[in-house]
Amino acid sequence: MNLNLLSWIIFLPVIGIVIIALLPKPGQKTVKWIALSATLASFLVSIAVFLMFNRSEAAIGQMQFEEKLLWIPAINSYYHLGVDGLSLPLVILMTFLGVISVLVSWKVELRPKQFFIWVLMLESSILGVFCSLDLILFFLFWELELIPMFFLISIWGSGRKEYAAYKYLIYTLVGSAFMLAGILSVYFITHTFDITALRGIQIGTSFIPLTVLFFLLMVGFAIKLPVFPLHTWLPDAHTNAPTAASVILAGALLKMGGYGMIRLCVSMLPQVALQYAPVMCTLAVIGVIYGAAVTLRQTDLKRLIAYSSVSHMGYVLLGIFALNQVSLTGASLQMFSHGVITGLLFAMVGLVYDKTHTRDLNNLSGLARQMPIIVVVFSIAGLASLGLPGTAGFVAEFITFAGSFTSVAVAGMKIFTLIAVIGIVVTSGYILWMLQRVFYGYPLDKYNGVKDADAVEMISTFAVVAVIMLVGIYPAILTNVIYMGIEPIAKLIGM
Amino acid sequence: MMDQIRYIAPEISLLCFALIVIVLDLFIKPKKVLPVIAVAGSFVALLAVLMLWGVPVTDVFNKMLAVDQFGLFFKALILVSLVLVILASNRYVLKFEKFQGEFYALLMLSAIGLMLLVSAINLITIYVALELSSISLYVLVSFLKDKQSSEAGLKYLILGAVASAILLYGMALIFGTTGNTCLTCIADYVKGMPAASLAGSPVLLIGLVLLISGFGFKIASVPFQMWVPDVYEGAPTPITAYLSVASKAAGFAVIARILLTAFGMPAWLHNDWAMIIAVLAVLTMTVGNIVALVQTNIKRLFGYSSIAQAGYLMVGLAAMGMAAQADSTIRSGLIFFLFSYTLTNLGAFIAIIAISNKINSDNIDDYSGMAKRSPLLATGLTICLVSLTGLPPTAGLIAKIYIFSGAVDQGLLWLVIIAVINSCISAFYYFKVVKVMWMGEPVNNDEVTSTWPEWLALGFCCLAVVVIGIIPGAFMAITQNAAKIFGI
Repeated sequence: MNLNLLSWIIFLPVIGIVIIALLPKPGQKTVKWIALSATLASFLVSIAVFLMFNRSEAAIGQMQFEEKLLWIPAINSYYHLGVDGLSLPLVILMTFLGVISVLVSWKVELRPKQFFIWVLMLESSILGVFCSLDLILFFLFWELELIPMFFLISIWGSGRKEYAAYKYLIYTLVGSAFMLAGILSVYFITHTFDITALRGIQIGTSFIPLTVLFFLLMVGFAIKLPVFPLHTWLPDAHTNAPTAASVILAGALLKMGGYGMIRLCVSMLPQVALQYAPVMCTLAVIGVIYGAAVTLRQTDLKRLIAYSSVSHMGYVLLGIFALNQVSLTGASLQMFSHGVITGLLFAMVGLVYDKTHTRDLNNLSGLARQMPIIVVVFSIAGLASLGLPGTAGFVAEFITFAGSFTSVAVAGMKIFTLIAVIGIVVTSGYILWMLQRVFYGYPLDKYNGVKDADAVEMISTFAVVAVIMLVGIYPAILTNVIYMGIEPIAKLIGM
Repeated sequence: MMDQIRYIAPEISLLCFALIVIVLDLFIKPKKVLPVIAVAGSFVALLAVLMLWGVPVTDVFNKMLAVDQFGLFFKALILVSLVLVILASNRYVLKFEKFQGEFYALLMLSAIGLMLLVSAINLITIYVALELSSISLYVLVSFLKDKQSSEAGLKYLILGAVASAILLYGMALIFGTTGNTCLTCIADYVKGMPAASLAGSPVLLIGLVLLISGFGFKIASVPFQMWVPDVYEGAPTPITAYLSVASKAAGFAVIARILLTAFGMPAWLHNDWAMIIAVLAVLTMTVGNIVALVQTNIKRLFGYSSIAQAGYLMVGLAAMGMAAQADSTIRSGLIFFLFSYTLTNLGAFIAIIAISNKINSDNIDDYSGMAKRSPLLATGLTICLVSLTGLPPTAGLIAKIYIFSGAVDQGLLWLVIIAVINSCISAFYYFKVVKVMWMGEPVNNDEVTSTWPEWLALGFCCLAVVVIGIIPGAFMAITQNAAKIFGI
């Protein structure tokens, strides 16, 4: 049974990096095939883990596929991996988007060798974050993700790419700086870096107030999610990043924030979380409404999708800090479905941009006739994003709101929920308006010759559509798993 | 007495080889032999250090020198940096063709000074060792004999002399109060003083402050850092590299040794100097990082960067002061940080030396597009810059975690928060260099090549930085062993 499957998931992309780096002068095709094989292999292993995941009652709250090796004896830190219901869907999300992001980059011609090395490294580091059960290991992977993202944005990006890359770097570094201080404080209060041991630990008197500890950790996660006043890096990074980086960024990387909040802030300090839940919910609601309102005003297709993420991540934050079992499940599911949906949206924007060389809504019109396949897929993604029943978006948002509306942990949750639901209306507004402006209306002559999606593009986008539909129609495939991880955390809060 | 000679075998063997280099330089034409002898000498000395590694902690020559793992570790570190600097100056020495022998010999002599410095346990030996290394370095800094280099040498000489004077004055005051120059005797005297009389003994306290100031010059702590940028810029680049690692490491070693052995005992006393160091640490890292932001010359940038790094190290020093003497983990954190900083900074300088040999410029703008002109040198420099920023998977991150964890343990969370914010600021200028190299357009398309000794040195540093970053356990075990200090 000891196959070290999680290590394989994390390090198969690294093996891909090593092979690509060692080949003296590989052709473009070779590099792409190696990257595809590495990500595909990692995806298949993660599916195997998903199938073998023990869903019995006895395994609730247990870490599975654990691996533990003493790593840094001096500070009692372990190479400790494991997944539970909370992290497994996110691992699958990442490995899946890894494959997709290689496919959407099939046409990259600028320094392909370096490009795919960075994409694979990004995938490895994010997978590492979701699988780590040791705080130092977690932090290491958390920081590792910065370097590939910095290079991806600043070399292969567009527009103000260097500015965006720097902004991303600094925001993340500031967040992780506080997180490091928080992690070290946790260690000297509890004398362990073990995340499993820290869940529900009784932290008594300590040399720093628990509130301070909570917010030291929270800042890093809040920047990453992003939570309302700390979100300004996101539109810049998304807009200027290459398609593959946008897909991973929106799809998986933002989820590191939500994951960290549930895994560390809520699990470790449930009482402080409860105390500050009204504040976080207020920020969540502001994020939802503000994000949606700003999205309406965007004329750059990519920036539009980017701002919609701010709004959608507000739902996640609301679900987390409604602090009951249903809302937490909803938040986890929302992270997964937003990952696939927004990943697909960015991939589609990338396609439209590749064909028309513009992302300006004012210059696009009536593309439906010129690219019939793209319009169908783009519309499905859009409808999923606004929460059409039958898609993953609907299920996730419905569960989140159902949970937060009935939550009694925090006073006034009903009002928060009611305001947040307005966000859905605005979402329908901007999505439908956007679809209408891009695809309907009079076709422009200058786009008469553009090609529709080719085989590679169809495979990648159809695969994502399939997943969106699958989760939309049969959500239990994920919620059963998520329940295994959320249940013990919800118990800690006592709701 | 004679049987104790073996304890200074490393210094003696290195001295012999230095003399051989000087003498041979007089008689032989092909100067290529000289670096070979210098490297061989360093390895012999290194071997001698390793053979002493297991010995029990003791003092030799009537409490003049200590034999302990702490000193031995730093001797090894100094020798390793000596070898790397010699390898890296392989092409650089052609700039002063006539004086190659002197260059290597002086480098070795300064290394001997530093090696004695890290094991000295008497104020007199400390001073003598310090001067031995400093005087060699004054000459080396002005070795290029052009305007900038001479100015740097003179500046270093004058400010160094002032610092020495301050140090001597401090030592005199301490001697005047305690009647002793040996560190353990001072410790005994301080322990024996009733607390009230120590508080009422301004002479001793002024002595302590002057001592910290004198060594503050050596480790480039604010407000004694003003020599750094000019000297770093003007000095031959290999010497800049050497100053930024070996000289700094030895400075930290000796200041840690004096403070811990002589003034480590009454709790309120070591808490007091810990607070002084903590405040200096805040100033040092903040000034270093902020001024580094606006630098356009890479050597000046590394000058300020090394000031900032000294600030992080002082966080460790302050934590050491807050802890009880027996706590060796925190000392080990400081040693580990110095170890990884030495390898990282040397790696960066080796790449800079190799690049500047070709492009004859230290302007960061001229590094534009270096990734296209020499992908390997650019990769090497990038790894080192990533490590200096403190990002994975490099030694820099682990070292920061290790040293800051000690500080948090001692209740210095506020200091750690300032330090981590500072390391965010540092990302601006470290990544500025990365950005220029990878995203800039090359000035021209000449390939930037380098020689095999440079490759060897750079490869060693980068490999070490990454390996330590991924599996730090074994190296931490060594530094924990190296935390054994004579007298405590």
